[in-house]
Amino acid sequence: MNRLEHLFSTKENILNIYTTAGFPKLNDTIETIKELAASGVDMVEIGMPFSDPLADGPTIQHSSEVAIENGITLNIIFDQIKEIRKTVDIPIMLMGYINQLMKYGVEDFLAKAAAVGVDGFILPDLPLDIYQEEYKALFEKHNLKMSFLITPQTTDDRIKLIAKESTAFLYVVSSFAITGSKSDLQQGQLDYFKKIEAMKLNTPKLIGFGISNADTFNTACNYANGAIIGSAFIKTLTTATTELKTTIHNFIEPLK
Amino acid sequence: MNYTVNEKGFYGDFGGAYIPEMLHHNVNELKEQYLKIIESKEFQKEYKSLLKDYVGRPTPLYLAKNLSKKYNSTIYLKREDLNHTGAHKINNTVGQILLAQKMGKNRIIAETGAGQHGVATATVCALMGLECIVYMGEIDIQRQAPNVARMKMLGAEVRPATSGSKTLKDATNEAIRDWIANPVDTYYLIGSVVGPHPYPDMVARFQSIISEEMKIQLEEKTGKNYPDKIIACVGGGSNAAGAFYHYLDNPKVELIAVEADGLGVATGESAATTQLGSEGIIHGSKTLLMQNSEGQITEPYSISAGLDYPGVGPLHAHLFKSGRGTFIGVTDAEALNAAYELTKIEGIIPALESAHALAALDKLALSPNDCVVVNLSGRGDKDMETYIDRMPTN
Ligand SMILES: Cc1ncc(COP(=O)(O)O)c(C=O)c1O
Repeated sequence: MNRLEHLFSTKENILNIYTTAGFPKLNDTIETIKELAASGVDMVEIGMPFSDPLADGPTIQHSSEVAIENGITLNIIFDQIKEIRKTVDIPIMLMGYINQLMKYGVEDFLAKAAAVGVDGFILPDLPLDIYQEEYKALFEKHNLKMSFLITPQTTDDRIKLIAKESTAFLYVVSSFAITGSKSDLQQGQLDYFKKIEAMKLNTPKLIGFGISNADTFNTACNYANGAIIGSAFIKTLTTATTELKTTIHNFIEPLK
Repeated sequence: MNYTVNEKGFYGDFGGAYIPEMLHHNVNELKEQYLKIIESKEFQKEYKSLLKDYVGRPTPLYLAKNLSKKYNSTIYLKREDLNHTGAHKINNTVGQILLAQKMGKNRIIAETGAGQHGVATATVCALMGLECIVYMGEIDIQRQAPNVARMKMLGAEVRPATSGSKTLKDATNEAIRDWIANPVDTYYLIGSVVGPHPYPDMVARFQSIISEEMKIQLEEKTGKNYPDKIIACVGGGSNAAGAFYHYLDNPKVELIAVEADGLGVATGESAATTQLGSEGIIHGSKTLLMQNSEGQITEPYSISAGLDYPGVGPLHAHLFKSGRGTFIGVTDAEALNAAYELTKIEGIIPALESAHALAALDKLALSPNDCVVVNLSGRGDKDMETYIDRMPTN
């Protein structure tokens, strides 16, 4: 059983934290993930910094720019994950853009990712139909799971289709938005979560975008298997005055 | 070989719609509606009437006698510089604004590099009374102050793109992010044959008026409705797509696409995408683009802001790979020389972009029997500062 399948079949209120590889400093990825796991986070997403991250808001964009300046590369990310896997067993997903995989060579990339212990992928600009036609077999060959996004505009039929292909979890985007943390969830968003819940999909669901604190996290958990925090975590790393370990510990504590 | 887009939005290996799910609804809505709307009689009537009375079409096909003499062949200039707002860009913005209206959208967003597409968008928004927001790289805002002022006077809001390299590619990213955040009321009016399907095909159709007129004008002037060669510059590739469009399937016509070599292809300061690029995804389209070994998109350079783009539209990637198109590079210096030369012998100050197409004449082995059309995509008003700075002393 893949780590993701195991997690979703044994736990509720899943806390998934996004961090950008190579940020704030090149090798902070390792300590960050170790500390997140030690603080009780259920799974992590590691962002592969990209020059043109279309689906990301200013906070994550900025962290990607810093990481690229720090010299992050895909092979360094693989090395970091290899190091992390010596002590960390929670699921690790990679998030990035399809151009990065294409340039590396998709087959080669997936083989390396699987070898270092990556469990799945979120690739926001890889459309479902192209995934199905060109790439799905390769992901399956390496037992790598996928998460696709749905938004308030996604039709019911399409939600079902996307849920079926989302072998990791269904990524429920909370609003019309790029990534970025807002402080609360509006009624319209809650209605949308309720609608998805009522569809009784077999795929586990995590709510992401706009989840920033214990309040929004707990609300999201009422409607899904858990939630994803990204920008709020990156913002905390960006403005931190304490050392990395303490900053992470203090950020996660109120969420548990 | 087929040069039209297939049902999935591909030209050969290139094109498609590599978009985040957040854009699926919008792009799909556009895909399902664009042909129905723009091929309707009512739309065509409004579009053609605006092109005639507002834009000033048909633009002349001018036999440049002095230029012809210099190259000892027959050279026509397709005068897109005489369009309202000074470039071909308005052919596309008139079409897309009508489409946006028919789709019930009332908030228009656009990206711009040099500001020509921004001005053309702000112009049609003023005409139709629609809200207009133009994203422009912070660096381009400084480089292109007169066009920023024009957009503001036309009532548009110019929003600086402050991420990445702060130029056209980043302005395009910002416009796409805006569309993701405002999917219901907003129409993204893209400025070239780039972006996810159906944009490349739609923009090519709106620009195809250029070769539609060319066929009639050539027939009148030469008795033959096609030339031997058509030369056009390629940034994203919209003026070239329009100039080539009705000749794509006529193998007698050589299609010559001119890219900006900048300081030279080998200098690292260049925008020659087909020479320096490789296959990948930029702004939702699979095409050729300039990138490093990590797949990070690199910053191009050209003296001409309109050619300073790290990709090319998928149609051009297909023309390049299939060999249907001839791709030529022209440096900053060669383009400047061509601009001063045309000004001196024909009394026409071309845009720096168009000057790249003119400079390609020097690189072709032209024979006295050759009939060549150069697409003069825009006028040089916006480039006067550069021209004055670099003016040859004699
Ligand atoms: C006069 C002129 N020509 C050409 C271009 C390049 O665009 P495209 O390659 O889409 O025609 C521009 C873009 O700003 C322009 O202003």
